[in-house]
Amino acid sequence: MTYQLPDDRGHFGPYGGLFVAETLMHPLKELNEAYEKYREDAEFQAEFMDDLRLYVGRPSPLYPAKRLTKKWGGARIYLKREDLNHTGAHKVNNTIGQALLAKRMGKTRIIAETGAGQHGVATATVAARLGVECVVYMGSEDIKRQAINVYRMKLLGAKVVPVESGSKTLKDALNEALRDWVTNVENTFYIIGTVAGPHPYPAMVRDFQSVIGREVRYQLSEFEPRDPDALVACVGGGSNAMGLFYPYIDDEHVALYGVEAAGEGIATGHHAAPLSAGRPGVLHGNRTYLMETDDGQIIETHSISAGLDYPGVGPEHAWLKDNGRARYVAIKDDEALAAFHELTRIEGILPALESSHAMAYGQKLAKELGSDKVIVINLSGRGDKDVHTIAAREGIEI
Amino acid sequence: MSRLDKQLTSLKEQGRTALIPFITAGDPDPAITVSLMHAMVSAGADVIELGVPFSDPMAEGPVIQRASERAVERGVSLRDCMDMVQEFRQRDYDTPVVLMGYLNPIEVMGYQDFARIAAKSGVDGVLTVDMPPEEATDLRAALNAHKLDPIFLVAPTSTKARIQAVTAMASGFIYYVSLRGVTGAKHMDMTEVSDRIGEIRKYTQLPLAVGFGINNPETAARVAALADAVVVGSALVKRIEEVANRNQNDGQKEAIIESVTTFVLSLREAIDKVGVAA
Ligand SMILES: Cc1ncc(COP(=O)(O)O)c(C=O)c1O
Repeated sequence: MTYQLPDDRGHFGPYGGLFVAETLMHPLKELNEAYEKYREDAEFQAEFMDDLRLYVGRPSPLYPAKRLTKKWGGARIYLKREDLNHTGAHKVNNTIGQALLAKRMGKTRIIAETGAGQHGVATATVAARLGVECVVYMGSEDIKRQAINVYRMKLLGAKVVPVESGSKTLKDALNEALRDWVTNVENTFYIIGTVAGPHPYPAMVRDFQSVIGREVRYQLSEFEPRDPDALVACVGGGSNAMGLFYPYIDDEHVALYGVEAAGEGIATGHHAAPLSAGRPGVLHGNRTYLMETDDGQIIETHSISAGLDYPGVGPEHAWLKDNGRARYVAIKDDEALAAFHELTRIEGILPALESSHAMAYGQKLAKELGSDKVIVINLSGRGDKDVHTIAAREGIEI
Repeated sequence: MSRLDKQLTSLKEQGRTALIPFITAGDPDPAITVSLMHAMVSAGADVIELGVPFSDPMAEGPVIQRASERAVERGVSLRDCMDMVQEFRQRDYDTPVVLMGYLNPIEVMGYQDFARIAAKSGVDGVLTVDMPPEEATDLRAALNAHKLDPIFLVAPTSTKARIQAVTAMASGFIYYVSLRGVTGAKHMDMTEVSDRIGEIRKYTQLPLAVGFGINNPETAARVAALADAVVVGSALVKRIEEVANRNQNDGQKEAIIESVTTFVLSLREAIDKVGVAA
């Protein structure tokens, strides 16, 4: 591989790095050392791959969406079915990996932040399986809109702590998880759910999620005698996108598209699209694109999908944007909803609202590229968790 | 000699431990901050630590989080904080002021502009909580160019190598975080604090301030026996919040100043009974 980032202090060009209070510096160094050791360790990797196969159900299928391709009338569409993973999203790939690391580091308590609740559920799941205490921080606004996932976490034995500070969403849950970690560093492992946070999280989460792209590489050859022309994934923090993109990063002929949430439209200011409409700053341990005021205060975001409702983005995406390797676009709430219905009715698959953003952009791109091209869209999760949101939005009572 | 060096050296010569109260700028009202700073000096503060409000104060406990939220709601910016220091300087030329906050507002302003305006406003030191020495080269250079002291934290988790990295970068004083946790937590271990202070002193001649868990005069006095400076934040900010809530209308400012004065006086008295660290 010619692409070799981050550097040893976690930088992707000017982005990434390690911006935390002193108390966390040594624990992060220990985590980095453990990760560096086990990423090369055959036994660790074998256990990780076994868990993904036997517990998560990998490989997830690469599905040729023929009816959708025909309906859209453009490029051939393949869907990477992360929605079929155990717990219903790509998030579990990462929590399995970090849980194995937690076990090897002798940590007896696991904490996590969550927005949509998918990462919280995936964390509660691995904690149940390890038999360790699990605390999940979740903004009280998100608790309201993701009630089913909250209950799932409780069933799994996790304690869900509502976060009432700030905007009461994902960013505040992350703040609170960091505060817990700083207080309980000795026995606690913090499982971050996306490619954000301080080094080594962005690289580590990317590496665990890269199984997505590695599978696509061999799966596509069953149908196509060539590489895809474009890869499309939604970007909240950016972990499902990095997982799909990373194994293709040196293949410049494969275009990479990250899809942010435009909410009610970029021009309205009610969105969650830092790469499309933000600027660089420092939050949650790394330098990246942020949504912020002229004074450097982080601003509230808006998206119909809780999993994309985050004012920052993983630092590697910031770098891929600046150097032009990936392109970042944004899809509005309404467009995502339309794509949700389209996939449900045409292919019989209910996508998560997050993934529906990728679907909506995939439709535009399919037309643009034309019928001799191939697009892989990451279907990062299933939509069951969003059924209430969609019904409410359409004025239907369940 | 910087204002901080001058003040801390002179206190040491007098055999006294410095008292550093912390308040959040603009809490509960921007119109009160400068008066509060003067009142704290009159009650015995040697250095003032002024918290710069930030939307995501990751190292703060609930008390300072709420103060920061109140100030952010009032629109108090980094620039406003420096304006407050400038106003303070019109009547107080000697008491050092340290800004304590998070990196992002400084990033957005730009290191050079920030350092220039801070120096011009009469700021003396800058503590950026989420900026460890590894990432601090550029900011430190900008601060040093304007004769501002970069203040860094040392934590209970800091290894010997980390303590050395911090002391190599810092000037003014070293800020030892007395517990694993956020500001205002209640589980400080005095034996550990004592051991760690001994350890840190092996690597630096800089004065050592201790803070994060000091919430009453008794604890302040015990820490004063070990450290060169005692920082008290949450306990003070909590009083401001309580008094503000009780006096929503007329007389709020006077009530807050009175309460803060009483508390700072009690801290001063407790600390002065102890004398300087050996
Ligand atoms: C199904 C699904 N897709 C995507 C995301 C966004 O996260 P990321 O950008 O890290 O993949 C989430 C987050 O909750 C999710 O649940």
